[in-house]
Formats: sequence, C-alpha cells, structure tokens
Amino acid sequence: MSDTYSLYNKTVMDHFMNPRNMGDIPDADGIGEVGAAACGDIMKMSLKVENGRITDARFKTFGCGSAIASSSMATELIKGRTLEEALSFSNQEVVDALGGLPPVKIHCSVLAEEALKAALEDYVKRHPEAAKAAPSAEATLSTVAS
Amino acid sequence: MRQVYLDHLSATPLLQEAFEAMKPFFMEAYGNASSLHQHGLRVRDALASARTQVAALINAESADDIFFASCGTEAVNLAVKGVAYANRRRGTHIVWSEVEHPAVMNSLEFLEKEGFTNTKVPVDPMGRVQVDKLREVITDKTTLICVQLANHDIGTIQPVAEIGRIAAEKGIPLFVDANSSAGWLPIDVQQMGASLMSLSPHRFYGPKGVGVLYRNRRARLVSILHGGVQEGGRRAGTENVPAIIGAGVAAEFALRDLDARATHAARLQRRLWDGLKSRIPFIKLNGPEPGPDRICNNINISTEFIEGEGQLLLLDVHGIAVASGSSCVSKSLKISHVLAAIGLDHALAQGNLILTLGKDNTDDDMDYVVAQFALIVEKLRGMSPMWEEFQRGIIDSVIAPTGRGKSFSEHAASISGKASH
Repeated sequence: MSDTYSLYNKTVMDHFMNPRNMGDIPDADGIGEVGAAACGDIMKMSLKVENGRITDARFKTFGCGSAIASSSMATELIKGRTLEEALSFSNQEVVDALGGLPPVKIHCSVLAEEALKAALEDYVKRHPEAAKAAPSAEATLSTVAS
Repeated sequence: MRQVYLDHLSATPLLQEAFEAMKPFFMEAYGNASSLHQHGLRVRDALASARTQVAALINAESADDIFFASCGTEAVNLAVKGVAYANRRRGTHIVWSEVEHPAVMNSLEFLEKEGFTNTKVPVDPMGRVQVDKLREVITDKTTLICVQLANHDIGTIQPVAEIGRIAAEKGIPLFVDANSSAGWLPIDVQQMGASLMSLSPHRFYGPKGVGVLYRNRRARLVSILHGGVQEGGRRAGTENVPAIIGAGVAAEFALRDLDARATHAARLQRRLWDGLKSRIPFIKLNGPEPGPDRICNNINISTEFIEGEGQLLLLDVHGIAVASGSSCVSKSLKISHVLAAIGLDHALAQGNLILTLGKDNTDDDMDYVVAQFALIVEKLRGMSPMWEEFQRGIIDSVIAPTGRGKSFSEHAASISGKASH
C-alpha cells in the first residue's frame, strides 16, 4: 500500500501519537478524574493555578485514540486562561481545535470538558479564598457540584 | 516495515487459484445461470461444480443441499427466518445461545416483532454453551435450535455434536453457524447432526459477496427474498457468479489443506500467546486455552489498565492489523456481548483485542507482534490513570488481585456520570 489511511484526521492522530502535557503535576492545585458512563473511558486532569490563572495542565487518560487526543488538546487550550475563562470552556472548542471528531466520538471531548471542570471544582474546594475573590466562579462551580 | 495481518476473521486474502478461476466469469462467461442458451448453460455448469466443491468441505449428503447467498449474514437470516416462517403453524419458539453472532441475535429480535419467541441459553465462563440448560428450555413449540460451531470473538468450540443428538431426539432442526470457523475446523454436517449450516467463504480465502447455506431435506425452509426461482426457489435473485466460483475453489483448497493450515495456525497461536503472557504483565486470554476446546486461529486477550482502540491504532501504525471488542471500537459504544456473556469485567472488556491468524503468518510475525505489543502496552500504561492508581494501591487488578484498593468497576462507577454543567 502506498497510501496511509487513518481512522481520525491528522491533528487527532498527532495528539494521540504525540500527546501534549501527558502526566501529573506533583504539587497540583486541582485534580479532577471523571469517567464516561457511555463507554467506560476515564480521564484525569491536573491543574496548576497562579494568581487566578492556569499556568499548567496535564492529563492521563484510559480511553481510545480520540479520548487521548481530546484530553491532550484540552490541556493545550486551557493553559494560560483565567479561572473564569476556564469555567466557560466547552467541548466544542476541543472538537474545533482537533478539526472535528467522528459523531460517535464527540463524547470524548465532553469527557475532557468534564475532567477540566472537575479539576476546577477541586481547586475551589482547596482554595475557598480564590472562589471568594471571583464570586461568579463560585456561583458557576456550585452549579457544577450540584 | 513488516506488515502482519492478524484479522483473518474479518477477511482473508483471496486465494490465487480462486482468483484465476473467477476471472473468466466477469467478461467472458457473463451469462445468467437462469438462461437456457449456451451462455446460461455454461454458467449453470460452473455453479453446479462450485456447489459440489462446497458440499465436500462439510460432507453434505448432496450438492443440492447447498444454496448460495450474498454473504454469511444473509445465509444466517435465511436459515433463521426461513425455518421460523416455514414452521409457523407448528410452533414459534427458537432456542439459541447467548454468544451467537449478531446475525442470529438480530434476526431473532426481528422475529420477536413478528410474534415469535426465543430462549437464550447461557454459556460457562469459557463461552461454552451449557447443554443441560439448552435441553431444559426446548418446548413442544420449538422449531429451531441455533448454535455456532466456534465463537467468533473468543474461539470457543461449541459442543455441537452433543446438541445435534438432542436436536435429533426431539426432532428439531439444528442450525450451526460456521461463518467464523469453516475452513479452520473439520466439519461433517451428517456426523454433527446439523440440518442447516452457514459458511462465509471470505474467511477461508474465498471472495466477499458470497455466503453459503447448507440445508438438508429434513428442515423445511421458505425463501425470505421474493422474486425468481434461483437456488431451488430458496434464494431469489441473480447469482453472484464469479464470487460463487471463487467460493467453490476456496472450499476445495480449504478441504485439501485443512490439516496443514490448522496445524500451522495452532503452532502460531501457541507461540503468540506464550510470547504475550511471558512479556506482558496483567494480560488475560479470554476463552479456552489453545488446544481442543479453542479454534486454532483465534487469540482474544484483555490487557489490563488500557483500552483496546488505542492498542489497535498503535499496532496499525507498526504494520499490525487486529480487531477489538472494546466499546470504543463499536459504533454502539457497547462492549462485545460475548465478553459480557462470559462475565468479563468491563475494564477487561475495554482492554480487549482479537487476533486471528492465517496460513501466511509466520513465527517471525508472532515474535514481531509480541515485541511491538509489549512497547505499546508500556506506552499506553504510561498514559493511563488506572495504571498509576493501581501502582498507588487505589485500585486493584482484576487479573492478579493484590488485595489492595477498590475494584476498577467500583472506582469507575464512583467517578462516572458526574454532572458537569
């Protein structure tokens, strides 16, 4: 075969084969781990936050190629954002940045969003003073938790 | 890069001899077998030869018992629905095993809407149909028993001869689905007491686009495709002549070379599994050990703490073609129903791979697969939160429990379905 065929597009395959920000942050400020009820995949996200801004994000994923690529892309997108910006993060950003996912794999990007929100929630639990400083963040996160 | 094709259950390459035999039937012998002139009669003769070749592979009483359809799935649909409808006045109950292929399972689901009922017989943890339970669920309204010869996912050889004796005793036709196994196991429909059997030639070096149904005269069968009177009135529609010719030649070689192919595949199967289990910790073979209870060309493994699609994609990058029963691979996001039926933990079903061997694979191929797979497992475990949590004693292994931590399933349930917005 002279051609190479691919289940996913080049960007998705690149993030699967060469994931960015894979691993843990030893002194993370917030860690979220979520499972997808639909398929059984599990995603863990760790955040480092300084002065209300995400300075580092890392992931570990038990899941398919698109789950790994989604978590890789999500960590790339989220780094440098403020907490408030991060709270409005949507899975669609991951899908768009990856150049699209097959319809049956969209839930992988949702899992990445959920992992991020769980990590932010964990951060606010650990740093109640940060939530007070950003009341809208606290309000959003309390709906996340409920 | 070395290319190792280990997905012979999905498709085998076409045998050169079969291809050569098919060629004249595209442009030269293009007649319709139903025509009464020279063009038609030539094709009719060729189809009769193919019927004889296929009949020999399974020791059918007569070549007239062989019907050609478009694929293995159609052959199954014809068997299940054709017998069900033919016997509707006598009874509407069908017995089958819970590890049957979706072709059987979904045909029966369709028949439920038509007023038929069915009873699913459980399997043991090796995937073997529980014959005692099968006997118990047969009623005086049962008109068909459906059991596969060997399981398509985990390779379990089913006790069909035993079930055949029950079928004979009760006077109920037995349909044996041999779609995934014909060409790899010796088959004698008379000895096993099968009244019907489906075959899929593209699993034994024949072409796609053709399936076979064997049906002996003891089983009443009506057509489910309505049209002309091709195939003895059991399957309407113009025959796919080149494919049928190819299937006949493939069947002839499958019979001639059966012992050699099976011995070769069994040796590779043993080498592959021994290699995998010696190199990779926390790996499990699903289904029986290689030997008399398992088909010679199937290895079905679960590698713990990682998911199957990622394994499949990385193997593909290294030239190795395999399949997986993981939910991530299925379009329905469900794990293989066979893995669920044998009670396999969901986490292990997620880490599932199906490797099916063929006549052209070599010992070196097996060693290459083991070496590459060991690296891939290491890479994916390095990315897996489950592997890390196992190291930290938060979750336990299903394959080799340490007694520390929660089960994977408990852990997954505790973090799943969390509302995020």
